[in-house]
Amino acid sequence: MPHDKPLKILLVDDEPLARTRLRELLGDIAIQFATEVVGEAGNGLAALDFLRQHPVDVVLADIRMPGMDGIELAGHLGACEKPPAVIFTTAYDNYAVQAFDLNALDYLLKPVRTQRLLTALQKVAAAPHPDPAVLAGIGQAVRGGGRTHLSCHERGRLLLVPVAEVLYFKADLKYVTARTVEREYLLDEALTHLESEYADRFMRLHRAVLVAKSALAGFEKAAGDDVDAYGWALLRGVPDKLPVSRRQWAPAKAALTG
Amino acid sequence: MTSIRHFPATHPLPDWRNFGVMLRVLLGVNAMALAAALIQAPEPAGWVARYVEMAALVEPLLLLALGLLAALRDVLRKLPLRLGQLVVVMLVAGLAFAQNSFWQSLGFGDGANALRPMLLAMAATVVLLRYFELRARAFSPAQSEARLAALNARIRPHFLFNSLNAVLSLIRARPQQAEAALESLSDLFRAAMRDPGELVSLADEIALGKQYLELEKLRLGERLTVDWQIGAVFMEQPIPPLMLQPLLENAVYHGIEPAPEGGTLRVSITQRGDELHIAIANPTVAHARHAAGNHIAVANIRERLALYYDLEARLEIDAGKQTYEVRIILPCRMTSR
Repeated sequence: MPHDKPLKILLVDDEPLARTRLRELLGDIAIQFATEVVGEAGNGLAALDFLRQHPVDVVLADIRMPGMDGIELAGHLGACEKPPAVIFTTAYDNYAVQAFDLNALDYLLKPVRTQRLLTALQKVAAAPHPDPAVLAGIGQAVRGGGRTHLSCHERGRLLLVPVAEVLYFKADLKYVTARTVEREYLLDEALTHLESEYADRFMRLHRAVLVAKSALAGFEKAAGDDVDAYGWALLRGVPDKLPVSRRQWAPAKAALTG
Repeated sequence: MTSIRHFPATHPLPDWRNFGVMLRVLLGVNAMALAAALIQAPEPAGWVARYVEMAALVEPLLLLALGLLAALRDVLRKLPLRLGQLVVVMLVAGLAFAQNSFWQSLGFGDGANALRPMLLAMAATVVLLRYFELRARAFSPAQSEARLAALNARIRPHFLFNSLNAVLSLIRARPQQAEAALESLSDLFRAAMRDPGELVSLADEIALGKQYLELEKLRLGERLTVDWQIGAVFMEQPIPPLMLQPLLENAVYHGIEPAPEGGTLRVSITQRGDELHIAIANPTVAHARHAAGNHIAVANIRERLALYYDLEARLEIDAGKQTYEVRIILPCRMTSR
């Protein structure tokens, strides 16, 4: 399929030489396939930062990177309305490669061959918009979640919530909110899903509340006539009180002392 | 360069000069004496006294025999196995006879002839020799397995392919650097494929570690800094190969790669008395994803240390909140054999 403008590409890899190599290869195939490298990023966070200002057609992303890796980057891109195409690059990741095959996602093995790169780009040009659901689900397919950040869409902008800073998740009617010391975020997530993804870090206090174990500061008993909660949990850093159900009272207290 | 074809623990005749072997002999013989006392004692209360009585006869013989065997170790190992074992049994029997005659001449003892102590000493020796032979046999497959594991742990595919990729990107712009990197890579592979029974000098092992870190620096750029602290050590001292490099690889893999801003590795090699201390410390990275794999390399080194030095070497891990440190402590063999 002919394309008038060169494809805009973002290179994401934590190794500077690996990015150099991809630039060289893209230069080598420029006659057959015109591309323009509009930016480089050292990890997923930097890539998302760049993409806020500069839309691109294709993201070439390494899988293993510090901070935020390529798999999680793809997941956040999948939450966007018109995500760019993602082509993964990897030196050696058997599990991930199997998951890519299953989900018809494209990947390049490092060292990258010119011909493979060309084929992958031609495929992207033929079908420029990937299925967001596939991208969003790839993290789950490769390693069952374990994201370091959660996406939050606010007035058309993508915000990232670092899971390490979340004090608690609370379900209200149809939304889940995440609370950090600074503010609250509305998430498009299910509480049960978050509970299983972060089982080592968060615990359930109540039907509608997950709390970070490290954020627990203390407990107080509820007044006898309180029907909402058996007791209340106090948190570090914020004045909020969270309801604790009768069933979770003992495990929650154990989590604080343990 | 020193080359020893066999690990001490895999020779069917034990290394009598090794602390671990001595400990096993002392404990083994005393356990047998204790068992004998329990059997002989007429009533439960008498067995301690019986054991003490027996120890007076057993311990001098035991220490004498160990001293003699330690002195004769190399001679004994040159003999065919069965002959060597027979000589050990006869030596012990001879010592038992000599000790019995000595006691009789001093007027102790009950005038009984030397046959009983001689037979008992020989029986104990046969049991212990058999134990060491079986132990050596149990360790031999472990040696080849350890070698395989070392190979697998050595060549982390992720490292290999990323390094090749980095070299490829250097070829056009900086061909000389690319050449140097390929040379380092081949040295690393040669070391990984070497016979694990061969000893290398400490200097060679350090050089290999530095080459490896140069390759990692190529990939990681400024994210990796290394602080080498090498004290006054005897550089020609022989050590088992691939003790340092796998630990450096671990430190980079767990402490530097997962950190966006990188970090500093601290490598210190010092001599304290007759011990060589090798310590490698890396920053602890919270929520590092690849947690597995670390134990394989450490377990492999621990096993090879046990094969090589028995109880005389150890590996310690200090997992702190800020830093993760692995220390290897080896006996110093200053003189080359």
